[in-house]
Parts: sequence; structure tokens; C-alpha cells
Amino acid sequence: MSTTALPAPAPAPPRVETPFRRFVSEFCESKVALGALVVFTLIALAAIFAPWISPQDPYDLGVLDIMDGRLEPGSVGATGITHWLGTDDQGRDMLSGIIYGLRISLIVGAGSAIIACLVGASLGLLAAYAGGRTDGAIMRLVDLQLSFPAILAALMILAFLGKGVLNVVIALVIVEWAYYARTVRGTALVERRREYIEAAQCLALPTHRILFRHLLPNCLPPLIVVGTMQVARAIALEATLSFLGLGVPITEPSLGLLIANGYEYMLSGKYWISFYPGIALLITIVSINLVGDQLRDVLNPRLKK
Amino acid sequence: MSLYLLRRLIQAVGVMAVMSLIVFLGVFAIGDPVDILIAPDADQIERERAIIALGLDKPLWMQYLVFLGNALRGDLGRSFVFNEPALQLIMGRMPATLELALGATIMAIIIGLPLGLYAGLRPNGAISKAILAISILGFSLPTFWVGLMLIMVFAVQLGWLPSTGRGETAMLFGLRWSFLTQDGLAHLIMPATNLALFKISLVIRLTRAGVRETMLMDYVKFARAKGLSPARVTFVHVFKNILIPVVTVVGLELGSTIAFSVVTESVFAWPGMGKLIIDSINVLDRPVIVAYLMTIVLMFITINLIVDLTYSFLDPRVRLESKG
Repeated sequence: MSTTALPAPAPAPPRVETPFRRFVSEFCESKVALGALVVFTLIALAAIFAPWISPQDPYDLGVLDIMDGRLEPGSVGATGITHWLGTDDQGRDMLSGIIYGLRISLIVGAGSAIIACLVGASLGLLAAYAGGRTDGAIMRLVDLQLSFPAILAALMILAFLGKGVLNVVIALVIVEWAYYARTVRGTALVERRREYIEAAQCLALPTHRILFRHLLPNCLPPLIVVGTMQVARAIALEATLSFLGLGVPITEPSLGLLIANGYEYMLSGKYWISFYPGIALLITIVSINLVGDQLRDVLNPRLKK
Repeated sequence: MSLYLLRRLIQAVGVMAVMSLIVFLGVFAIGDPVDILIAPDADQIERERAIIALGLDKPLWMQYLVFLGNALRGDLGRSFVFNEPALQLIMGRMPATLELALGATIMAIIIGLPLGLYAGLRPNGAISKAILAISILGFSLPTFWVGLMLIMVFAVQLGWLPSTGRGETAMLFGLRWSFLTQDGLAHLIMPATNLALFKISLVIRLTRAGVRETMLMDYVKFARAKGLSPARVTFVHVFKNILIPVVTVVGLELGSTIAFSVVTESVFAWPGMGKLIIDSINVLDRPVIVAYLMTIVLMFITINLIVDLTYSFLDPRVRLESKG
């Protein structure tokens, strides 16, 4: 037995630069985008944990007191709650209404964006991969869709289907899928000529495997950017449709519907019923757009220094 | 050229046919056609008689052909609410919408051009950055909410402008216009500003980018070297050249402005066809819904066709590409 000196402690392994880490550090370069991400995370958390953090359950008619109707911001209601953002015509606490409204706005916005992304990306991939007539048919459909403004197409679909959360999601998916399809097709057209696709074809892999396991991952960056922006667009469009009375039903008020509810009281100077839900909507949309802007800068290889 | 024109025309007719099929299926097949075409207070016998009279017992494709035939003759049914031919109703409301859309477009140019020009000439100034920030806000702000805030500030708090409606109108070319009377103009300002918001941002962006690009051109350098005053270089040499793309895009946007006036008209109770369609959807006045959709689809296809043809006229590459 020999008394050998303790081996020198191994040097800490150098931080490996993975693509993800590089992406995170590049994203954090913009303080504005980082701030926007923090704000959006807070908004999303508030929406998810709405039942625990909101001062009042806005749907529980038992806790509402009609005597509390249209109280000014900061006043204390009959139930002993301080209504920091005032109350609406039914005595509902606006802050609670906004938090619950955010929930519906975000679910509809994100849900429709995800479904539209799945549909659009699949069709875009197929168009780029198959080419020929399939490509022509799909892209003709995309052109047709994009030549009509979103609001008009959504209006048309909701006029057919009637209002309801599910119908709004369907309308938003139909309006938005074309953006994803066009984006993915553009990238996939370039990628499909690469050697790895040729290699996969030589291995006689099934088409769906080549499409989704080989082609799709390489088309993701632009898809993520478009997806982020489209979530903001979907939220804004849903709010607009709900404001017009064509969107979500009165039992599931999103931010747009809350704003619409305040419309009639606005003319008598009771601004807060419309004002604060609008601010919440604005902050949500702007924060998503700022994050999307930065994502575009980071993920776009052409802008790399 | 004539071949291209013919092909584009056939394409437009094809799109129109597809859209009419979609509208037909949407309104007449998803909803119960009996409820659409027969007054809700009719009794059972009246209903059955009406079903046969309207041909609703026939197969769907035959019904579509009948619908198409009537539509081609300009007959899209009668409004339940107004008891007027639906198409006539839409046409009666169209001038108000067009006035609003044109007002917004003019406003976008009057406000957007100078701001964009300034931001393009001094890209690093504090004011330019503020202008750019405003244009980003203009893209993000929900239009209907801005409309409400405008009403709140200028109609309720300050009391400067009337909140809703169209105000007094005057006759010109057999149509009623608001902008000819002082009261009507006061009513027009807020809705037009609201509708213009998005387009102002767009014009600022386009002008700014155009100015920055044009300033580097040789002819601008030459004009400066010649000793022309900065004002002359800016307003004659630069301005003229950025005007073409800006006006083109703004013209292209006219269609979507008309579509988006649905929102503004609802906020300001502006009696145009956008307000009419929202009211009609809410009371399920389906003949009016069909008439509106068919009218606006036709309008869009026409605008797209004109734009495409103008482009192919101005840029021969478009024509050659479509042949290949």
C-alpha cells in the first residue's frame, strides 16, 4: 500500500455550446425581448392559475352582488373585496374577469395556432415533397385563402357556423393554416434537394417518415417564428370577432367580449369596463410580437453576423 | 397579352363559382334552408307549400343551379327584417362604406407620408425612433379598442366630436355623402382615423424604407453634387420616386380596408354595409348575409384581377412567368 497523493481534482468540464444554449444566449441579447418574454410568462401563469389568484370567481353568481355594479376602480364592494380595476354592470370584479378572460383568449389563440400549424405544416411539407399537381392544388388553395382578408374569411365561417368557442377555433384554423403552409413549403423546397433527404430516400424509408422525421425538423425555425406571430394575430382576431358578437358566447367571456360589454357604459364615462381588458389584450399582443421579432432575428441565418 | 387577359378572366370566373358554391353550401346546407327562406311565423301547411314552391324538395345540385341562376340575375332574395331585395339593401349601404374607406386611405397618406419621410431622412434621430415605435404600436393595437378609446377621449371626455352615426349628408351624383357638410365631416373624422391607423403604420414603414433606399441612388447624389437645395432634392427627386410604390400598396390595401370597416362601422355605428352584415348575422337575416358575401367576394376578385392586370401591363416578367 502506497500513500499516493490524491489525484488533482478534475477540471470542471467546459460548458459545451449546444445549439440550444447558443439560441438562449442570443435571445437574451435583447433586453426588450427578454422583458417581453417575462411579461408574457406572467400573463400565461396568471391565466393558468386563475382560480387561485383572482380575487373573485367571476362565474359564481353567489358571490356577485348587483349593488356592486359599475363601481369605480379602487372602491370596496359590499362583499368586502377591494375592486382595484372596478366592477362591471353585474358587480363582477374586473380584475378577476380579465384574468379569466385571458384564459379563454389564450386557449383560443394558442389552440387555434397549434391546430393551424399542424394542418398547414403537413400540407406545406406534402406540397414541397410531392411537387407537381399536388403542389399546384395545395398552393392554389393557399393563394385563394390569402387573397381574402382574415377578418372577412372568419366572418364568413362564423356566419355559417354560429358563435361558440369551438367554432371560433375552427374559423381561426381555416384563416391561418395557409400562412404555415406557405412558410413550410418555402423552406422545404430548399431542404428537399439536400443530400440527407436523398439518403433517406435511398434507404426506402416510408414517405411519412421522411416528411416528419427528416424534412420537418429542418423546417422548424421559420415555422416557430411564424407560429409565434400567428398566436398574437389569432388572439387579436378572436377579440375582434368576440367584440362584434360573433365569437365566444356570453358564458365564456374572452377579453374581446369584456370590452364589448363595456361599450354601452363608455358613453356615460364609465371607462374602466372597456379600458382595462383592452390594456390586458394590448400587453399580451405586444409581448408576443416582441418575442416573435427577436426569435426572427435569432433564427434567421441571413441576419447572422 | 390578350391570351393572358383571357386566362386571368377565366380564372376569376372560376374563383367566383367556387366561392358561390361555398356560400351556398355554408348558408343553405349547414343551416336549415327552410328556416332561411321561410318566415319563422309560418305554420306547417304554409311551410310545406313554400318548400315545394321554393324547390327545396329537389336535389342539392339542382338547388345550387337555381341559386346561381337567380344570383346571375341579381336576385339574392329578400331581407326578412327590411323586406327589401337584399342586394338593393347592400348597394344602398355601400356609399357610406366606400366613403369611410376612402377617407381612411387619404388620411393614411396625409399622415403617414410626412412621418415616414422624416423618419427616413433622419433614421437615427429621437423623433424618428418615436415615429417607428408608433408604427409598431399601430400594427399591434386592436382596432376596435382604439376606436372605443377615441370615443372615450374625444366624444365623452372632451366633447369635441360626435361619438356615433354619420351626421348630415349632402347629395352628389345621386348619392348621399357625409364629407360635404360640416356636421358630416365631424362624424367622419374619428371612424376614418380609426380605420386608417393600420394603414398609417404601413405607409410610415414603406416611405421610410423607400427614402433610405432612394437616398443612396446615384441620381440623388448627382442632384446634390449639382448644388440643388436639400428641399428640392427631397421633394422632387426623392419624393417622386417613393410615391409610386407607396400609392400602389395603399391602392392594393383598399380591398382589405373595405373588409376591415366591418369593425370600425360597428364601433362608431356608421351605417355602412359592414354594420349591416353584423346586424344581419345577429338576427340571422340570411338573404342579406348571402348578398353581402357574394358582393364582397365579387369586389375582391375584381380588385385582385385589376391589380394583376395592371402589374402584368407594367412588368412584362409577370406575363412571361405565367406562360411558362
